[in-house]
This record gives sequence, C-alpha cells and structure tokens, in this order.
Amino acid sequence: MTIGELLGIVLSFAGAFLALFIASKAYTAAYAFHMFVFALAGFGSAFLIFKNYTNRPAVIPQEINGRPNYQYGPIKFASLAAVFWGIAGFLVGLIVALELAYPDLSLGLQWINFGRLRPLHTSAVIFAFGGNVLLATSLYVVQRTCRTRIAGELAPWFVILGYNLFIVIAGTGYLLGITQGKEYAEPEWYADLWLTIVWVVYLLIFLATLWKRKEPHIYVANWFTLAFIVTIAMLHLGNNASVPVSLFSPKSYIVWSGVQDAMFQWWYGHNAVGFFLTAGFLAIMYYFVPKRAERPVYSYRLSIIHFWALVFMYIWAGPHHLHYTALPDWAQTLGMTFSIMLWMPSWGGMINGLLTLAGAWDKLRTDPVLRMLVVSIAFYGMSTFEGPLMSIKVVNSLSHYTDWTIGHVHSGALGWVGFVSFGALYCLIPWVYNRRLYSLKLVNWHFWIATIGIVLYITAMWVSGILQGLMWRAYTSNGFLEYSFIESVEAMHPFYVIRAAGGGLFLIGSLIMAYNFYKTLASPEEVEAPEAKPALAPAE
Amino acid sequence: MSMWKHHAIFEKNSLVLLVGILIVVAIGGLVEIGPLFYLKSTIETVDGVRPYTPLELAGRNIYVREGCYLCHSQMIRSLRDEVERYGHYSLAAESKYDHPFQWGSKRTGPDLARVGGKYSDDWQRGHLNDPRSVVPGSVMPRYGFLAETPLDFAHIQEDMQILALEGVPYTPDLIAKAKADVKAQLSPDDPSVADLVKRYPKAVAHASLGGEAGPTEQDALVAYLQMLGTTVDFKLFDAKANWR
Repeated sequence: MTIGELLGIVLSFAGAFLALFIASKAYTAAYAFHMFVFALAGFGSAFLIFKNYTNRPAVIPQEINGRPNYQYGPIKFASLAAVFWGIAGFLVGLIVALELAYPDLSLGLQWINFGRLRPLHTSAVIFAFGGNVLLATSLYVVQRTCRTRIAGELAPWFVILGYNLFIVIAGTGYLLGITQGKEYAEPEWYADLWLTIVWVVYLLIFLATLWKRKEPHIYVANWFTLAFIVTIAMLHLGNNASVPVSLFSPKSYIVWSGVQDAMFQWWYGHNAVGFFLTAGFLAIMYYFVPKRAERPVYSYRLSIIHFWALVFMYIWAGPHHLHYTALPDWAQTLGMTFSIMLWMPSWGGMINGLLTLAGAWDKLRTDPVLRMLVVSIAFYGMSTFEGPLMSIKVVNSLSHYTDWTIGHVHSGALGWVGFVSFGALYCLIPWVYNRRLYSLKLVNWHFWIATIGIVLYITAMWVSGILQGLMWRAYTSNGFLEYSFIESVEAMHPFYVIRAAGGGLFLIGSLIMAYNFYKTLASPEEVEAPEAKPALAPAE
Repeated sequence: MSMWKHHAIFEKNSLVLLVGILIVVAIGGLVEIGPLFYLKSTIETVDGVRPYTPLELAGRNIYVREGCYLCHSQMIRSLRDEVERYGHYSLAAESKYDHPFQWGSKRTGPDLARVGGKYSDDWQRGHLNDPRSVVPGSVMPRYGFLAETPLDFAHIQEDMQILALEGVPYTPDLIAKAKADVKAQLSPDDPSVADLVKRYPKAVAHASLGGEAGPTEQDALVAYLQMLGTTVDFKLFDAKANWR
C-alpha cells in the first residue's frame, strides 16, 4: 500500500468521524443531514481506496509501448456527471421559468419555491454542469498536450468525486434553506471549506502534470485553465470570508458588510463569469476547435495578447453590476471603463477561434459537432459585445434589474458555455471511451432544437427587459409615473411563457444528447484507438 | 519579430506563468476594493442607522434563507423615476451593518429598501400567505408556511456575538437581553417595549400571531420588512456634504 492510499484511508475515516460528531450536536436537522452525507462519503472513500488497492496492478506504468498511459477514469466520470447535471440544471431552469409564468406551480411548498430553486438552477448549470465539463476537459487536455499521464493516482479521483460531493451538499442545502445569500456563492461555510480543499488539490495535480510534461512548451489551452483555477481560488476565498456562528451551525456571517460586501460580491460574481465561464471554456475552444477542424490555431501571437489582456481586464469589470448604487462613483466609472475595453480581448479570442477554421469552413456542412463549437464562438462574440454595451451607465440605467440581464446571461450561458460544452463532450466521450459517436444526425437535431430554443429565450428576454425598463421610467404628460410596478409585472407574462418554451427546447436538445451518448456507450469498443492528429503546433 | 520569443519564459516555466497570472489578476481587485476600506467618503455621514433588533435579525435571516434577494432589490438608484417610486436613493451607510448585503440584482418584484411602514402588518401577513389575495397580478410564491413555523431563536445571541466580532455595535448588554428583546418586540402593549426602543431607536413592536406556541417565522420576517428604510431621517441628511 502506498503512503497516499494509507493517508487517504486515515483521512477518510477521520473526516467521517468528525462529521458524525458534528452531526450529533448539530443545531438544525438539515445540517445534521449534511454531516451524515459527509460521513457516508468518508466511509465510502475509505472503502473505495481499499478496494482499488486490492484490485490494481502493483505498479501502474507511465507508458505502454512508448505511448503515455493516459488516465481516463476520472475524465469519464466527470463527463457523464456533466451530462447528468446539465439535464438536471436545465430542468430546474425550466421549472423556475414556469414558476414565474404560473406562480402557484410551487404550491407554496418551501422547498420548491422560486427563491430556493433559483440558486439550485444557477449552481447546477454553472458549477455542476460547467464545472464537470471543465474538470473533464482540463484533465484530458493537460495530459494530451503534455504527453504524460496525469500526476497522482488517487488525487484526480479525489478532485472529481470531492467536487461532486460539494455539488450535492450545495444543491440539497438550497432546497433545505441553507444559503449565505450571496449570488452564485450561496453555499455555506462548511461547503466552501470543502471546496477549497478540493480546489487546492486540483491546482496541485494540474501543476504537477505540467511539471512532468514531455513537451517543451505549455500549450495555450493550459494557460487559460491555470488562470481559471488560480483566479477562482482567489475569488472564492475573498468573497466567502465568513465566520460560522458555531461549528454546529450551518449559518455563518460574511466578514464584509454593505458597500464593501457588494463590491466583493460583484468582483467575485463578474469574474465567476470571466474565469469560470470564459477562461475555462476558452481553454476548451483552444483545444477542441483546432482538433476537430484539424487546423492549427489561427494566431499564436493573438492568443498571447488576448490571454494577458483578458485576465488583466476582466477583474476590473465587477462594478458595472452596481451602477447608480451606493458604490462610490469612482469605482463605477472604473468598472465601466474596463468593461468597455474588455470588448477587445474578448473579440480577440473570438477571432482566434473562428479563423482557426480557415481552410476548413466546408466542414461546417458535414460535421454538426464542429458547427456547434463554431456557433458557440459566435455566441461568445455576441454576448461579449452586448456585455460592454450594457456596462455603459446610461444603458445600464435601463437594463439593470430587468430581464435584459437574464437574457444577456443566457445568450452567453446557453449559446457559448452550453454549446462549447456540448461540442467538447461530443468529441471527448467517444475519445475516452474509445467508441464511435452513435449518430451525427442526432447531433444535428440537438443543434437545431437548442438553437431555436436559445433564440426564443433571448429575444423574449430582450423584449421583456426593455419593456420593463421603459415602463418603470415612463411618465404621463402631467409628470406622474405612468405605470404601477404590478402593471410591469403583468406585462411580462407572455414573454415568460415564450422564455419557458425556449428553455424547454434547450432541455429537449440535451435529452437527445444523452440518448446519443447512451447508444454510443452501448456500442462495442473500437478495435483501433482513434488516431491522435498532430494539429497542435503553434502557428509560428 | 523577436519580442514574441520572450514569452517563452511563461510557456516553459509553469511557476512563472502561475505567478504572472496571480499578479495580473490581483491588480484590479486591489485598486477597486482596497480604497473602499479607507476612503472616508465611502460611507456617508448620517444619523439613525442602527443594528437590527434580535427579532429583526432573525427575520432578516429568513429573508436571506428564502432567497428574497433574488427578486427584490434593496437599493434605490439615484435616478428620478426610482426616487419618485421608492423614496430617497439608498445610502451606503444604510447597509453598513448588513452581513451579507442584500442590494440584489433583479426586480421581478419591487424594491424593498424603504418598504417599512408602507403597508400594515395585516397587509404584509396576508401578502406573505397568499400574494395574489392582495395583489392579483403578483408572481410571488406563497409563503404561508412561515406563519406555521415556530421561530428558532435559541442561538440568536451567538449570531449577535459573531456580528459584534465583525464590527456591528452589539454591546454585551444588547446581547444579554437578546431573547427578552425578541419577546418584547412581539408584545406591543408591554412596558418592556419602551426599553427596547431605548436600545434600538425607532424599533416598532408587532403583535405576534403565534399565540401559545410562541413567535413564528412570519412574525420575525414582518418585523424585518417593517423596519426597512425607516431609521434614517432624510430631512437631516446633507447630500452636498456627502458628495463623492
């Protein structure tokens, strides 16, 4: 038994007993339940480590026949988890959309009221779906582009399973009313601590894999992944600095208050977009688009400029969520200025991705997976144009607090993050399972149904958002406010129905994808491993 | 061009790349967040802002728990129509004791920064139980279960101690009297209310509907909603002196 395995078993047991001790004194039943989940995970992990020890070969070879012995197990788990969480997250999104159109749908049940389901939806799609896609792709890409097996044997599994445990704790917590009330950072202190541990191990295995690389250069996709991991760690620690009421209480109070807390929150919130939903997924673009198109990345120099400009400027953009609020004007103006400048590196990335297709545009007609990847880049370009526009103070005075923001987020989330993830999964799952994708025709169906869904969603939100904003500020000729607030709510109904229809189509598309994967995995394994194409040389 | 060759140092040394990224991503946050802690103009000088009473604090925790902030903002922007619709624009000082802040980012429902005293307790309770009974077009979920859930304030003193640690001026005296204050604020006719108001100026007592079973979560939430935006007297607020 290795030291790692021994340590793993000891720590698993120690964690499980600590959790049981806390559970025995927990202030609330929901917290005790969470501690039981942790305890179960601890015992389960000790069992799995031992089982793995008895079954594994004495030495795991780093290479087989001169080719790296890549570790695909954790990647397989994360990609299937991504499909599962994606469907769950889209479904909850559809439910909350319907609740806004038909408010009595929740029957007044506390666990499924809008206020508790909404964080479940956002966390499920961003952190559960998006997070698993990022884990799966980043661990695949770093191995392939470094031509080496990933560092550590248990550690990658710890990261994947530990991350999904965090998702379960966070998600069930929302339903049970455990939240710290900060958007996109709702999990309470103990879930945050757990995520911190998982994240540090993720950073370490990523770095350690880079250290043992057989390639002289670190590939551009890995720069973006590294920026994503490091920055998310920084944001997570800054925005979640809180003091628990007690070891036995799920409740904590954030250290920051009022205006400082608001600034911390949107420094975090906007850069969850910038580094989780952008940098992480740009890493996907930089590997999967060239690979699928069998073309090198368009410009190496552009990727350098766009990388450093993007990571430098994104961090400043947070205050555009706080225009005309009690945040001092100087901070608002700084936020607006950088948000507008951010347009350039964003489009630098878009251009680099799109022009990678140069000489291979014909493949868009024949390969729906590549089409999905390319359309995702187009959506990225569109929403990174809309974002700077909305960050301009006068535009924001109309758009803020309205559905326009929701539409903007979803053009990025469904169009960019969703499609680039689907495209990557359509590549990755056949690759790691060594199978041929069951049906390209179904990918085509997925693509079109989801695209129509996105168009319905974002156009409905544009109309409702702008309408709402205009109604709030409309004056009669006598100088009175023309509409009461509730009139603006009533006017939203048809758009909420259309939005739900759009979301429903997007969900149907993802179910088609799941069926496609099911049939793919049910098919027999390919005899020959799909040949890795050497399409990754920098353009210089 | 040889300039590009220099980038190889980042591409060949993961730690150099790591440190480079860390430096580059740290700058924006340091410049935008740091000064908010030492620039005196960040938080306006204004009278009246006080910590929440224990009952209001318990109510606020329910507000946070139910995710009310996902549909209701508590931040009136300095725009003409908002000031006319909701009242004086919000000050940073008004949320200086808010851990976490609840400014919100979406108005599926109206802003609540100054909702306190705008409606009666009965209206608030009826609205929470069944929003469409008082506002037919509302899309708010029903929160009837709050009226049936007993308020758990067994640990409210620990909550206040943590908040005191984080800078909210809860004195040991205020913390010691916390549980009694919860009950006092739910007994409008009791003489103890006068003491409560001394400790927490402008606090308003509300009749509890919990009866024998003790206060309910709805009692606490109503107490919180009814105090929102009521503590600052804007007749005494000097906007020019607080210009930033």
